[in-house]
Amino acid sequence: MLTTYDTPDQRNLLDRTGQGIIGAPLDRPDGPLKVAGQAPYAAEYDLVGCAEGVLVGAAISKGSIAAIHRDEVLAMPGVLLVLSDKAMLRRPAQGGAAQAPAQDVRQIDYHGQPVALVVAETFEQATAAAKALRIDYDDQSGSGRFDPDALDFAPGEEPTVLGDIDEAMSKAAHRVDETYRTEGHASAAMEPHAAIAQWDGDDLTLWGSLQMVAPNVKELADSLRIPDARVRIVAPYVGGGFGSKLGISHEGVAAALAALELQRPVRVTLSRQQVFETVNRRSETRQRVRLGADAGGRLLALGHEAWISNLPAEDFAEPVTQATQFLYGGDNRYLAVLKGEITRLTAGSVRAPGEAVGMQVLESVMDELAHKIGIDPIELRKRNLPARLPGQDLPYSSRKLFEAMDEGGAAFGWSKRKPKPCMTRDGEWWVGMGMASAARVNMMQPASAQVRLEADGRVIVETDQTDIGTGSYAILGQIAGEMLGCPMDRVEVRLGDSRFPAGAGSGGSWAASSTGSAVFRACESIRIELAGRLRIDSEALELSGGIARGAGKEAPVTRLLAGAPLERIGRIKPGKTADNYAQASYGAFFCEAGVNAFTGEVRVRRMLGAFGFGRVLNAKTARSQCLGGMVWGIGGALSEELQFDPRDGRLMNHDLAEYHIPVNRDVPPIEVLLLEERDAAASPIQAKGAGELGICGTGGAIANAIFNACGVRPRHFPITPDKLLAQLPDPFAEIAS
Amino acid sequence: MRAFDYARATEAAEAVGSDARLLAGGTNLLDLMKLEVETPARVLDINRTGLDRIEADGEGLRIGALVSNSACAADARVRADWPLLAQAILAGASPQLRNKATMAGNLCQRTRCQYFMRTDTRCNKREPGSGCDALEGVNRNHAILGASEACIATYPGDMAVALAALDAWVEIDSPSGRRSVALREFHRLPNGIAHRDNVLEPGEIITAITLPAPVRGRQIYRKVRERSSYAFALVSVALVLRMDAGRIAAAQLAFGGLAHKPWTDSRVAEALLGQKPSPALFDKAADLLLSGAQGQGENDFKIPLARRTLAAVLHDATKE
Repeated sequence: MLTTYDTPDQRNLLDRTGQGIIGAPLDRPDGPLKVAGQAPYAAEYDLVGCAEGVLVGAAISKGSIAAIHRDEVLAMPGVLLVLSDKAMLRRPAQGGAAQAPAQDVRQIDYHGQPVALVVAETFEQATAAAKALRIDYDDQSGSGRFDPDALDFAPGEEPTVLGDIDEAMSKAAHRVDETYRTEGHASAAMEPHAAIAQWDGDDLTLWGSLQMVAPNVKELADSLRIPDARVRIVAPYVGGGFGSKLGISHEGVAAALAALELQRPVRVTLSRQQVFETVNRRSETRQRVRLGADAGGRLLALGHEAWISNLPAEDFAEPVTQATQFLYGGDNRYLAVLKGEITRLTAGSVRAPGEAVGMQVLESVMDELAHKIGIDPIELRKRNLPARLPGQDLPYSSRKLFEAMDEGGAAFGWSKRKPKPCMTRDGEWWVGMGMASAARVNMMQPASAQVRLEADGRVIVETDQTDIGTGSYAILGQIAGEMLGCPMDRVEVRLGDSRFPAGAGSGGSWAASSTGSAVFRACESIRIELAGRLRIDSEALELSGGIARGAGKEAPVTRLLAGAPLERIGRIKPGKTADNYAQASYGAFFCEAGVNAFTGEVRVRRMLGAFGFGRVLNAKTARSQCLGGMVWGIGGALSEELQFDPRDGRLMNHDLAEYHIPVNRDVPPIEVLLLEERDAAASPIQAKGAGELGICGTGGAIANAIFNACGVRPRHFPITPDKLLAQLPDPFAEIAS
Repeated sequence: MRAFDYARATEAAEAVGSDARLLAGGTNLLDLMKLEVETPARVLDINRTGLDRIEADGEGLRIGALVSNSACAADARVRADWPLLAQAILAGASPQLRNKATMAGNLCQRTRCQYFMRTDTRCNKREPGSGCDALEGVNRNHAILGASEACIATYPGDMAVALAALDAWVEIDSPSGRRSVALREFHRLPNGIAHRDNVLEPGEIITAITLPAPVRGRQIYRKVRERSSYAFALVSVALVLRMDAGRIAAAQLAFGGLAHKPWTDSRVAEALLGQKPSPALFDKAADLLLSGAQGQGENDFKIPLARRTLAAVLHDATKE
């Protein structure tokens, strides 16, 4: 079977298998294990003789280590080793790197960077010794760059230029040209980064908290200068990642080096503060958006420029304009991302890199334009959905944006929105409504999976695909159960072990559609074999309740198996469908927010998201992903902000007390509408990415609701009270009617 | 965390004259010990000393030092006669923390200044004489009243702000006997010696908080923050106010998030007494409150925020 995906698979086989399993809102099989503490996370394996390692962070922002006073801490109780090695990681690997990131911790790139590992018999001993370790530095912090507004910026990649935007802006009947800001974000996954390393001769086993096992094996092997085949990674349960575990980070390599040195297992767990300070961040952004429209509200000019930052020699540049490329029309375009080098921890992928902050701003500016023209924000968007991809003349594979706005708006009660600000007051609160489009590129990644039909009819799925709380166990099992006519209690899914075929990993919303397609293909291969044994055409094969039938023939599957299991590996990788279609998931957000007329506090009162991301593989996990994304959207809009000391770039709010993710009370009733859709260009299971869409525009809907409520247009996220106070109308003024 | 000696007291007298750090709920002390911001050589656990009763005290109430925040906020007498106190407690922390946190421990909680909370910075409160990195640093939630070059930290709590408005007293056992301090005098300003948060002397232990007879009027605790729970106040206002014939007949106020202590200013209440409520009056009260306010840059917004929050609370308390 071909592995590349070159032509849309229009058969929609999963609509014809008739088991009622695919799409059903089934529980995650790992759920009960997790709440009962029976799903071990990386640090929770009990290995005999395991020593405990604690990383030490740099007390300077830039420079090198002059001396480490090892002997003092080696004399402390239980201390076994102080490691400050050229192989230890200075920075985490970027997602999909598949090679070692910057190594040698004796050079210091940012404040708090791991510079040493202290290993002791107990965690408490290691912690105390790590705190006591004295290090002398050659301090060059004075040459650091700490102000994100004062960097030397250069294009991250070639800007997109179409037509003449300046001329188009000058001719536009309506124009908006505004600069917005967003502050940096942390992934803040529930499970801190952790690893246990154990050597058996030249073979390393690493229990890790990781999102992409196959490239992680290469990153780890390359860092240790050993062959890939010598590394096994085990990560069956991962307590969230949101991009921060796409690549390996400091703890895995440090644990492996220490375990080799000590010839015993070593565990390294990052503290919550170290996760914040050393793994990765979403860059702060400054974004200038220019929109120019004709008298009828059609875009003539579309400009989106972003200024972002990263450490020197990091290629990753927050792809802020990613959705702007394909979402709206406008013949004259200028889109660019400019990167400046800064002395802060590594910037990398945090849930929905690009769209999370790019859509938030673009959708705010669209609202500004709609207000200027005096038309409904939905109407403005509808007038600007291009028929084909601007600049490249490609068709859209499928796009449910129109439907999401209409059906979402109807369900939300959008028609009750007041056309002007300051028209609804509820006690101390101004109340308003806002909406925004949702858009996130769709990506398929190479993936493989093995499916085994056991002689007794049970089904086993094996792939190194991870489940980071997203539902991989449930979804991959459902695809196999649906395809092979096997009830879910007879399907077992085994994940997160590099001994299994390489899945796509968890990132970029691609896990379910990519690895799901690999499972689908393995199952299809099994179906063809079974049809052959039944001597019928596979198109006619029906599998249900352990019986194979078709073309008038019928036999129990176990008889066709004749006592031997049937095993197939399915593979897929992106092909021509990726080049020939503009692929993305779409939706619309609706938000009702209150702004306190006195204090400027903002509280979201209710929210609705309507989404189309192809086939829904599991209605419960899909809905949960959308809900989680929208909760992230609330955080990004209203409270999440990395605070760096302006003098040395150290991260000051490095824990969950000071980095304010939303609490339960900040999250109002949220409704999710999943739109029926099949996208055959995206994958043979007609599914697209779902995991990140819920955050791609949410903040715009919230900001637009704030404007509709109180008439203040916030252009700096997060929208904390201080940014609204100065412009709020007199709280005692009579309410306009 | 540094190693320390641990002992358990069975009566409060054991704590009097002791040089050990006293451990009650531990919700703040243990965190700070893990960070090595606090490094006591000896810890005396006072949880079994029996100071955990709420008792009538004439017309007032005597709340034992070790009553949990949750128990105090749930107490029927507190809810009926001093609802401000219950509101303030419930505005703070999380249910889990309130279950462990005690009344005296809450009073003694330390600032959450991010420079105080880590040991690799200069902080006069943590290490006297080292300087203050917050002055030129991240200081969004720092003080605008009563601060000094030595320290711009705020007292972070809510409960004490309500207690200040309610004219509560702190009962202290010391080697020389029992003494009582008005809550308004219990916390200090950082002048000169920033490392001392309050007037407790070495060897002293808080045994109770006493509330005077209930005051009539509306009681409102208003806490402003960007997320609606588990965050310290940007600004908070505690108010007890009684109207009579359309005029303000009595008012007691205290403010949180503005200073190194629950902030009280008798001029604010005096300006309100006998007056008809109006936005202009509220502004005049805010002028008095904020006449000496000084921002540090990032926290400049607290000045208008305090003005507007005071107006919101006064409007709420005086409306028909």
